Amino acid sequence: MDLIAGVLERNGLLFAFVVVGAMMLVSGWLSKTLTRGRLQGSAIAIILGLVLAYFGGIQTGGEAGMADIAIFSGLGLMGGAMLRDFAIVATAYGVDLQEIKKAGAAGGLALILGVFVSFIAGAAVAAAFGYTDPESMATVGSGAATYIVGPVTGTAVGASSDVIALSVAAGLVKAVIVMVGTPMIAPLIGLNNPKAAMAYGGLMGTTSGVAGGLAATDKRLVPYGAMTATFYTGLGCLLGPSVFYFALRFLFGG
Amino acid sequence: MVLYGVAALALCMLVGMIIGDLIGVFVGVDANVGGVGFAMIMLVLVSAWLRRKGLFPKPTEQGVLFWSALYIPIVIAMAATQNVAEAIEGGPMAILAGVAALAAGAALVPVISRIGERSEPLPPMTEEEKMEA
Repeated sequence: MDLIAGVLERNGLLFAFVVVGAMMLVSGWLSKTLTRGRLQGSAIAIILGLVLAYFGGIQTGGEAGMADIAIFSGLGLMGGAMLRDFAIVATAYGVDLQEIKKAGAAGGLALILGVFVSFIAGAAVAAAFGYTDPESMATVGSGAATYIVGPVTGTAVGASSDVIALSVAAGLVKAVIVMVGTPMIAPLIGLNNPKAAMAYGGLMGTTSGVAGGLAATDKRLVPYGAMTATFYTGLGCLLGPSVFYFALRFLFGG
Repeated sequence: MVLYGVAALALCMLVGMIIGDLIGVFVGVDANVGGVGFAMIMLVLVSAWLRRKGLFPKPTEQGVLFWSALYIPIVIAMAATQNVAEAIEGGPMAILAGVAALAAGAALVPVISRIGERSEPLPPMTEEEKMEA
């Protein structure tokens, strides 16, 4: 047993390929038998991955879901930022530049609106829960943008560490529900063309959420959504501790 | 040579990341600004240019398409390594903040889609494409 575990740990990436392959196989089967193909296999596989990540996190108390369990550590490399972004860039091969030019203005506007809407929504929720000081509202609002912007803003404006932790949690929740929710809301919001995908990427901004959500909806939309989402965190880090925080201080004193 | 495709892809990504980091330094934020986006545009332009000159043959293309095809499995691995436990333990406020941001953003998609030229829905996936996904 130890011998097998040792081999799996030493060849973590290869075992990750096997694990994900098995997950896709099971999900494809579930998609066909339980939903008659209505929910795509990849959508089920992503949900399955999130469920496993939850139990992995509970089991180990770590931060990387299943990857904190030694024999599954290869999943961390396979699903890490390097290979994820590498594969996202590869999906752009064969993309129609005309479509991107056509949607350029809409994508840019989506980005700015997306950052502000998340800021405001997050800050409003923070205020509703009694965090009415500008520092906490700015931090939770930034976390609702992405889980990277939250701590960046929180540290810059000097928010307390529990508020920063909450902002990270808010960003993680957003990433997770964007992954699961995108295929469900796609028909409602007309998410079936490159321009809508660019708008969606700009409005949501969470790279992992958009990457997973669009993969579960229609893989061909991925490059368009990722194209705008990639600017979001940078824009959020720029606006969160500055414009957004000062606006809150102006409105709510401090 | 398959590796030429992989190498071209990697080079595009690295250059894109460097540009993204430089923009981050330039505007004074500790984040990569648009690196993936620049890499994608570079890949599209460079591969189209090389193809026109006949320098991007099928095997080279395979090196790029392989990674494109691995995208969904990689995303599934990514899902399995998310910090879902912390997201849920963040309690109702974190969950509500995340949901509110999603709902508000999603509601704006149809509005923004109306700006500029119309974009046609993608044709339904062929059986072959479904097999790949």
